[in-house]
Amino acid sequence: MKELLLGNEAVARGLYEAGAAVVSSYPGTPSTEITQYASGYDEIYCEWASNEKVGLEVAIGAAVAGKRAFSGMKHVGLNVAADPLYTVSYTGINAGLVVAVADDPGMHSSQNEQDSRNHAKGAKVPMLEPADSGDCLEFTKLAFDLSERFDTPVMIRLTTRVSHGRSIAVTGGRTEREAVPYKRNIAKYVMMPINARPRHPIAEERTQKLIEYAETAQINKIELNSTEIGVISSGVAYTYAKEALGKKASYLKLGMVFPLPEKLILDFASKVKTLYVIEELDDFIETHCRKLGVEVKGKDIFPLTGEYSQNMIREKILGEKLPFKALEEALPARPPVMCAGCTHRGVFYALSKLDVFVSGDIGCYTLGAAPPLGAMDTCICMGASISGAHGAAKAVGKIGGKLPVAVIGDSTFMHTGINSLINAAYNGGKFVTLILDNLTTGMTGGQHHPSTGYNIMGKPAHAVDYELLCRAIGITDVKIIDPYDLPATIDAITAAVNGDESCVIIFRRSCVLQKTAVRGPALTVDEEKCTGCKMCLKIGCPATSMKKSTSGASGQKMAIDRNQCVGCGQCVTLCRAGALGARNAQE
Amino acid sequence: MSKVTSIMMVGVGGQGSILASKLMGAVLMKNGYDVKLSEVHGMSQRGGSVQTYVRYGKEVSAPVIDPGEADFLLCFEALEAARYLPYLKEGGTVITAQTRIDPMPVITGAMDYPADILQKLENSGVKVISADALAKAEAAGSAKAVNVVMLGLLAKQLDLPESDWLEAIDEIVPERFREMNKKAFLNS
Repeated sequence: MKELLLGNEAVARGLYEAGAAVVSSYPGTPSTEITQYASGYDEIYCEWASNEKVGLEVAIGAAVAGKRAFSGMKHVGLNVAADPLYTVSYTGINAGLVVAVADDPGMHSSQNEQDSRNHAKGAKVPMLEPADSGDCLEFTKLAFDLSERFDTPVMIRLTTRVSHGRSIAVTGGRTEREAVPYKRNIAKYVMMPINARPRHPIAEERTQKLIEYAETAQINKIELNSTEIGVISSGVAYTYAKEALGKKASYLKLGMVFPLPEKLILDFASKVKTLYVIEELDDFIETHCRKLGVEVKGKDIFPLTGEYSQNMIREKILGEKLPFKALEEALPARPPVMCAGCTHRGVFYALSKLDVFVSGDIGCYTLGAAPPLGAMDTCICMGASISGAHGAAKAVGKIGGKLPVAVIGDSTFMHTGINSLINAAYNGGKFVTLILDNLTTGMTGGQHHPSTGYNIMGKPAHAVDYELLCRAIGITDVKIIDPYDLPATIDAITAAVNGDESCVIIFRRSCVLQKTAVRGPALTVDEEKCTGCKMCLKIGCPATSMKKSTSGASGQKMAIDRNQCVGCGQCVTLCRAGALGARNAQE
Repeated sequence: MSKVTSIMMVGVGGQGSILASKLMGAVLMKNGYDVKLSEVHGMSQRGGSVQTYVRYGKEVSAPVIDPGEADFLLCFEALEAARYLPYLKEGGTVITAQTRIDPMPVITGAMDYPADILQKLENSGVKVISADALAKAEAAGSAKAVNVVMLGLLAKQLDLPESDWLEAIDEIVPERFREMNKKAFLNS
């Protein structure tokens, strides 16, 4: 049946149709929806893993035991999972094992734009790259077949435009699969040096066989049109090339980006006059072509950074530019902001007032670095807030007379922050850790994790007890504060950074976008009392602004956007004139 | 390539662009078109400027729209209409809500919200259709239905049967919001 599917939804459909039995992933934009959609199929066991390494290891265990298994992640998540990936490449699999990795050219929602094809090459694992949802479904099924045929994990590389693009896919039924019988095979699966040494050449031989496969694989397709221009491309970049050049070019669309074919590329190159390689990010295909002695145009005219588009290709290859209009005035930018009622806002307001060193982390709260709060010094990767603050404290002790502060969300704390905190406690680190516990994985749209008390199906699960955990690893000073209570928030952080010992403060309240959040009616402004001092704007809430008075009073008055305000009351504390209506949120 | 229609939907993260995109996709599928859409998912763009691309025709290749390519610029907020004007092709139409949502640089006082946006758009020589979408959405029962009011305005410009739109709302919108959304669509 023809259906309009999100790319990630099509991968999930492919998992279902291929008879996948176990899925374990950590959420990460743009990969999250694969596992969310997969969890909608009763036939597939799905779980949110605490991080990507754990997720991939769960999938490896399932595949070795004999059932088709899958793990999905974003590109930086693959770094976390790289350890098992590089070794499962040596062991191979029993039943099919597929790993999807979603790259983010242009960094819509990421801290870097690394190219995961390098991991495929490094790990010697074949990688398929779909260009749209139809490909996503087909390639996922093919990936399992290749995995079992060549005894290898297989990767699927997605990019934001494929993962979050909707296009037509042809859906079918599920093929149920009996478990592949498991037999103990120490030489194959126990990777101690004596066993790993003979497995490495096996992986290299497998790559040679996969090159043979790539020469004639149906997913590597030549489309001959005009032979003046030849284009080698893959994934969404191929769709841009096709849009820009149409029949003015011939195409070699590579569905498999590692390993790459040799004869097929030489053959295509011999048919066209000028050959372009059009690939986002690194010069992966281009380098391969040059190694084969094929002359191509690539990164000499196209960038190594950001997303491509049809206009870019039209301009670079055809020299054509589309006309367009623009208003002359400079428009105010609209960067993403913490939501009205965000539970993180007050914490960053307090940090901005205290002017302390803030070691940040990955989550919505990274927005605490943006104006007007601007309270962050570093943000590198998941979990780095705590280890970074520990390192800073070990290097210089207090900074500006105050202990450094690590700020981390609950899901990120469960992901890798927990390891950093154990390390810091063990090594006698002296800094302040703030866990912003909004009871969900907020930035990816609200997924459960090991401390929310629910599993991926929304069924009750054990919730990690942070206070017990902290005490167990050696931190005895642990407080829990309601982040909507701004005076208590400011007092607790002030006391902690002016102290001399490590402590953990947990700011606990449900993310305002979650069903469990308590939302009150919008606050009211007493324009008689409002002096227009703008103190309330310093907390940076999108529901607040200064507008001309609605009651005829002179000057600008604070205005509340009643469609956004949830009555959290964090701004009320800042109003010295007592002009803001009392907090209505129920406890 | 055969004629492809490109519709760019812009607004503020959280205004419901994904629902609008799903409804559009469903209507286009019913009419036998090849369709490609590109959306913004996740919370990371919450409150930020977001774009959704919708392209349909006999055969569609790229899922995104570049400057100079959009037949219609459908805007859920007025400042975003001004921001994405360059994406409109020559002879294209801007369909915009008159809604104003202040971005952070305006809230903090670093910049002013531009005055007379609709007038400036018209002065630039493009066709502009605008509506007080927030009032119409509230009249239908929810301020959140601005997205569907705007789809209703767009639908009047496209050659797609009204019954298909209402059917798509039935298929995609949860039951308790269905009638409200239909009202918002028809109120436009």
